Amino acid sequence: MAEPMKIRATLQGDTADVRILMRHPMETGTRKTATGVVPVHFIQSVIVEHNGKTVLDAQWSQAISRDPFLGLRVKGAKLGDKISVTWTDNKGDKRNDEVAVSAGS
Amino acid sequence: MKQLRRNFLKLSGGAGVAAAAAAAGLLKAGSAWAAPWNKSAFESKAVADALKGLGATNLIESKDITITAPDIAENGAIVPIAITSKIPNTQNISIIAEKNPFPLAASFDISAGSEGYVSVRVKMGQTSDVRAIVKADGKFYTAVKEVKVTVGGCG
Repeated sequence: MAEPMKIRATLQGDTADVRILMRHPMETGTRKTATGVVPVHFIQSVIVEHNGKTVLDAQWSQAISRDPFLGLRVKGAKLGDKISVTWTDNKGDKRNDEVAVSAGS
Repeated sequence: MKQLRRNFLKLSGGAGVAAAAAAAGLLKAGSAWAAPWNKSAFESKAVADALKGLGATNLIESKDITITAPDIAENGAIVPIAITSKIPNTQNISIIAEKNPFPLAASFDISAGSEGYVSVRVKMGQTSDVRAIVKADGKFYTAVKEVKVTVGGCG
């Protein structure tokens, strides 16, 4: 099963700076090992929600790096708001994690 | 849409079965869970076809798009790219690495609740132009930045 994401959401004024680190091999389908070509395996869709409302709906190709990073800025955020991230890969595996917006430094 | 996804997972009894079902071609129906994965655009091998798949025509060069990427990336497997669009009503930001086997790397649908900013790390096979496509109010804007790659990351 998929490993948990690391998500950090910090408040900067009224904008939440969201940084997400996912754990995923992101195989391109072209990499070869001694046993043959590693099958393509990558995250296709990432959805970021702010208090249940979708703010970013991303579609990815296999060109995104292994253990993908995604950064975005959510407008109109307040302390304690929920930021929820869901990814789905090409094998139908998925993972959802949620954090609350915390105070910025 | 979400409900549908849940039902599908329930029906298939979890992701493991879904993976097995992929071989049977079931996943083609499954890719319609979220916004359907833009197969035609992502599987294009030429930049022009990828643009067509995105529906991007009449590209307008814009200085309101900033591509933040290294001039020289030592490791093509991890090239940090951030795109900032100051164009009002930015709806979508797409990233194209022109010389990759499949040029379209990512496409982000941006709603009103999010700023016109995304940051990701992409793989690049070789030195190439990185092109940002921004859709705003039905028009397509673009900007380009060259990234030199020392060691390719598509192997």
